[in-house]
Amino acid sequence: MARKLLFENINVPGIHTLEVYRQHGGYRSVEKALKTMTPEAVVEEVKTSGLRGRGGAGFPTGMKWSFLAKPEGKERYLVCNGDESEPGTFKDRYLMTHIPHLLIEGMIVASYALGAKTSYIYVRGEMMPQIRILERAIAEAKNAGLLGKNILGSGYDLELYVQPGGGAYICGEETALIESLEGKRGNPRIKPPFPAISGLYACPTVVNNVETIAAVVPIINDGGEEYAKFGVGRSTGTKLISASGNLKKPGVYEIELGLPVEEFIYSEEYCGGIANGKRLKAVVAGGSSVPILPANLILNTINGQPRLMTYESLSDGGFQTGTMLGSGGFIAFDEDQCIVRNTWNFSRFYHHESCGQCSPCREGTGWMEKVLHRLEYGHGKMSDIDLLVDVSKKIEGNTICPLGDAAAWPVASAIRHFRDEFEWHVNNPKEAMERNYGLAKYADPLPKLEEVASQN
Amino acid sequence: MLSVTEHKEIEFSSDLIKQFDEIVSRYPQGKQKSALLPVLHLVQAEYGWVSPEAMDKVAAYLQINPIEVYEVATFYTMFFLRPQGKYVLEVCRTGPCCLVGAEKIMNHIEKTLGVKEGEVTPDGKFSWRGVECLAACGMAPVLQIGPEYTFYENLTEESVDKLIENLKNKI
Repeated sequence: MARKLLFENINVPGIHTLEVYRQHGGYRSVEKALKTMTPEAVVEEVKTSGLRGRGGAGFPTGMKWSFLAKPEGKERYLVCNGDESEPGTFKDRYLMTHIPHLLIEGMIVASYALGAKTSYIYVRGEMMPQIRILERAIAEAKNAGLLGKNILGSGYDLELYVQPGGGAYICGEETALIESLEGKRGNPRIKPPFPAISGLYACPTVVNNVETIAAVVPIINDGGEEYAKFGVGRSTGTKLISASGNLKKPGVYEIELGLPVEEFIYSEEYCGGIANGKRLKAVVAGGSSVPILPANLILNTINGQPRLMTYESLSDGGFQTGTMLGSGGFIAFDEDQCIVRNTWNFSRFYHHESCGQCSPCREGTGWMEKVLHRLEYGHGKMSDIDLLVDVSKKIEGNTICPLGDAAAWPVASAIRHFRDEFEWHVNNPKEAMERNYGLAKYADPLPKLEEVASQN
Repeated sequence: MLSVTEHKEIEFSSDLIKQFDEIVSRYPQGKQKSALLPVLHLVQAEYGWVSPEAMDKVAAYLQINPIEVYEVATFYTMFFLRPQGKYVLEVCRTGPCCLVGAEKIMNHIEKTLGVKEGEVTPDGKFSWRGVECLAACGMAPVLQIGPEYTFYENLTEESVDKLIENLKNKI
């Protein structure tokens, strides 16, 4: 078994309680940071660790922290992003359900590093049970003197609150989340100013994903250098992967970055292969927003190298033949799945979740949904396929926040890699209603690079 | 959207107000608007939906304009702007759930309850709707039931039947 950093004790009975959590070494990092380290030293340690944002963007956390402005007389805030809404991602729900104190411990250390006196954990409204779990855990920690005034006699004060969202995907975008936390519609803000300068209540703010905050705990416990020994190159540490779709053993897995994708899908330690003895057709590797790849390209890069679960290896080949690690929402499709139908489903999602602020996204996502709907239901034309590519290009890069890109990429990539399936839907509308296109050549040895390029 | 039928004055109970007060205390002075979402959740848990009258009351309580409440309540999909069944079955309809049969589950619920998406059963007990990703893709297909948002995972037609039967017998 590979060593785990976050989930080492996840199966210990009662680990959600403070007592058991402390028996297994919980809150050591709070003692160490608050009693023996300066806030700057904590930030340095996180920089050394090479930890990158686990919410999807992969931005170095230590660097994000060091950008935080520190004007005199102004509060600073740490907000934890637990709005987990990216289709395919459910790791934060798992973490908050089973080991809530890990998040709270990380919040205390991170708040100390940033000099925040009040911190919020923004959790999506549907996760009411998790909100209750966190509130209970916070009360426990407060009773034990780990929160509130003068934590463990260190002189540091911190109040920690949980804020429920309202069921809007867009609030996972950090400025939309801040707007929502201020009691407004989740419309992303124009940047700059970045939240590090002017965020919550126009004060300097850092927004970090649940998993990122949790990863601070092992970094402080063992040191950043020790953490950086995990992983490969610039992808250090471990990552929670949410595996779903047609897998034998879907679930949340903590992997060391650098694990081969093939091993993750097929080994018994992880997903155990494809369910019901079917074959793999395609994978969305990092949540619905990242480009979908056919089986052959997810298992190997275009150069024939085995693809690894790292930020770099998954994006090898750019969008031509690669994808992204994203939030680690790993969705596997078996040979019976229809790519056109799934692309339509994802487009409907983005249309539903677009905040409506920017025209390209508000209108474009609706058009893509409608055009994909008619392709799926047998009324499509051959020109629709290029129309989709055209619309997706007009959304991408033309919106305030990345939701536009997130809506465009799945459509563009599905057409890039599965164009023959779309064409088949146009040419055989009746048949397409009754059966799926099947595996075709998507699991065959790698296509030639020129072929992929000529389809763009 | 907002449906104004007849205006019925409502009064929040002192218990509810106490909960509101606790929430407002979490934010800095003058930033009580931050309490809007949690307060609306409490209102919905109490009344089953967020009525225009309730929104006006919330606005008065938080000392903000009614429009600031309306624009938020209409933005976030969790808030019901018209009365619902006592139990609202919210089924995830996004990609990963559909890969393992969410559409079949929704068809089955529609058939079993005998009402279309968004409608309420004649006895006022049930309504259902498809919702976007609930972040439980590994346990798909899933549905949730408010106000506590209890989760039901790995649904089959049989388990849905059992769930509906149990809820029918609940007072």
